[in-house]
Amino acid sequence: MDPYLIEAIINGILLGGVLALLALGLNLIFGVIDVVWIAYADIVMCGMYVIYFLYVEYGVPLPLAFLIAIASIAALGVVVHLLIIAPVLNSAPINQLLATGGLLFFLQSFATLLFGTDFRNIGVRLPILEIATLYISFARLIAFGVGLVGAVLLYLFLKRTYIGTAIRAIAQDRDIVGLMGVDQRRIYLVTSAIGGALAGLAACLLALQYDVHPHIGNTFGPVIFMICVLGGLGNMIGGFIASFIISQIIAIGGYYSNTELSYVLAFTFFIVLMFVRPRGIFAR
Amino acid sequence: MSVMRVAMLVGLAILIALPAVVPPYFLHLLIQILLWAFIYTAWALMGRFGFVSFGHGAFMGVGAYVPALLWTYYGLTPWIGIPLGIALSMLLAVVIGYPCFRLRVVGHYFALVTLALSQVVLLSLVAARDITGGSLGFTQRAVGHSWYALQFPEKSYFYGISIVVWLVGLYVWHHIDRGINREALEAISEDEDAAAAIGINVLREKLRVTVISAALTALGGAVYAQYMMYINPETVSGIAVSLQIVFAVVAGGVYSMLGPTVGSLLTLSLTEGLRVWFGTNFIGAANTIYGILLILCIIFMPQGIVGALKGLRLWSPRTKAAAPAE
Repeated sequence: MDPYLIEAIINGILLGGVLALLALGLNLIFGVIDVVWIAYADIVMCGMYVIYFLYVEYGVPLPLAFLIAIASIAALGVVVHLLIIAPVLNSAPINQLLATGGLLFFLQSFATLLFGTDFRNIGVRLPILEIATLYISFARLIAFGVGLVGAVLLYLFLKRTYIGTAIRAIAQDRDIVGLMGVDQRRIYLVTSAIGGALAGLAACLLALQYDVHPHIGNTFGPVIFMICVLGGLGNMIGGFIASFIISQIIAIGGYYSNTELSYVLAFTFFIVLMFVRPRGIFAR
Repeated sequence: MSVMRVAMLVGLAILIALPAVVPPYFLHLLIQILLWAFIYTAWALMGRFGFVSFGHGAFMGVGAYVPALLWTYYGLTPWIGIPLGIALSMLLAVVIGYPCFRLRVVGHYFALVTLALSQVVLLSLVAARDITGGSLGFTQRAVGHSWYALQFPEKSYFYGISIVVWLVGLYVWHHIDRGINREALEAISEDEDAAAAIGINVLREKLRVTVISAALTALGGAVYAQYMMYINPETVSGIAVSLQIVFAVVAGGVYSMLGPTVGSLLTLSLTEGLRVWFGTNFIGAANTIYGILLILCIIFMPQGIVGALKGLRLWSPRTKAAAPAE
C-alpha cells in the first residue's frame, strides 16, 4: 500500500482522538442539560488564547499554563451556563440554539477586538517521529493519547462516583431525578464545568498543533456537531465512534483530493446518514 | 385601515424619492438594507412556521455564483443566468427538503442538516478555486452600464431594483399570510400528526414554502452579486451568513411582515454606526455588541422587536390575528 495513504489513515485516527474529546464534552452537555452549545468550539478557542498569552507573553511554564487554561475554561463553562443557558432553559430548543449562537458571534468578534485577526502560535515544536517510512507528528500522537485517557476518565467518573451517577440519571429522566433528592441546578453547574474542562483540555492539545485565531472555532465547530448527531445526540459511545468515522473520511478524502472536498464528503455523508438513520448510527 | 394604507404609500414615495437627496454612501447603505431585508423576509417565510433553516447561505451562494460565473466565462446574460441559479437552488431545496420532510427530520436536527448543506456549498465553492477563485473571492467581468449584463455603475439603478425585489418579498409574505396555506402551515408547526390527521398534505405544504423561500433567497444572492460585482464564499455562503440571516430575523421579529426588514435596518445600521464610531482600530467591536444584543434579544424578547412592540399594543390591531398561536 502507498505509504502516504497509510500516513493519511494514521493521521485520521490521531485526529479522531481530539475530535472525540470535543464530541464527548458537547454530548455530555447535551445529554444532561438538553441544550446544544453551538459555540462550543469557540470556547475551545478561548482556551487556546489563555495558553498563548500565559506561555508566550507572560512566560508561565507550559504545563502550568495548561492547567490554568483548563481551570479557567471550566469556570467559563459555569459562567456561560449561569448567564446564557439558565435563562433559556425552558424556552423552545431553537431559541436555545440561537442564544448559544449569539455567544458564538460574541466570542469570535470579542477575540477579534482584543487580539486582532493575527494567527498566533505558541512556538512549541515537537519532533516528528519516523517509523519505517512513515512520518507521524508527535503532537498528534500526544493529542490522541490524552484524548483517549480523557474519555476513559470521564467514563469512570460517570460510572463510579455519586455525582456521576446523578448526572447519568438526570440525562435519563430530568423530572424524576428531582424527586430522588438530586439538586438539578447543582448538577447542571457541575456538568457545565466538566464540559468546559474538556474544552480546555482540547484547547491544550490543539494549541500544540494549530495557530490560534478568532475564527478557529469555525474549523472544528461544524464537524463536532456532525459527529455528535451521527453518534446520536447525548450518546457518548456513539459520538466516540463517530469521531473516528468522520476523521477517517476527512483524512482519506484529503489523500485522494483536497481538504475542502474531504470536508464536503464528510458533510454529505452526514446529510445522507441523517436521512437513513435520523437518530444517529447507533440508535436502537 | 385606510390610514395604514396612506401611511404605507407615503412611506414608499419617500423611499423612492430618497436617491435625490441622500449622499451615495447612504444610498449604498439603503441598498444593502433593502437587499438583506428581502433575503431575511425570504428566510422568515419558513422560519415563522418553526422550520428553522441554517442552510440559507447555500441558496444565497448558489444564486450569487451561478449567474456571475456564467456571465464571466460564457458571456451568458444574467437575465438567463439568474433564473438558472434560482432553479438550481430550488432543486437543492427539493433534494434536501423532500427527504427531510418525508423522514420527519425536524427541530434542531433539521437545523443541523441545513447547516451541513450550507457548509457543503461553501466548501465546494472554496474547493473549486480554479473557477471560483476560492477564498479570495470572485470578481465579475465588468462592462460598465449595461442592461444586457445587468451592471450599473450608478447606485440609483440598483436602488430601484432593490426596492422592487424587497416589495416582491413583502408581497409573497402577504400572499402566504392571507392564503389558506398559512392555516395549514401553522397547524403543521404545532403538531404534524394532528395536521396530517385532518387531511393536510404535510410534505407538500412544507416543501412548497421551502422551495419558495430558497428561490427568493437565491434571487437576493443574485442581485447582491450584480450590485457588489465581487463575491466571496464567506460573505454569500456558509455558516456565518446563515447565522446572520437567522439572527437578524429573530432580532426584528419573525412573525410579522416587516419584522425581517426591521431586523435588517437595525443590524446593518448598528454595524455601520459602530464601524464609523469606533473606526477601523476596533475591528470586531460592532459584532461584539451585536452578539450581546442577540443573546439579550433571545432571553428577553423571543418575539423580536416588532413582536415586543405588538405585545405593548402599539401596533395595528389587525396584525393580532396574524400573531402566532402561543
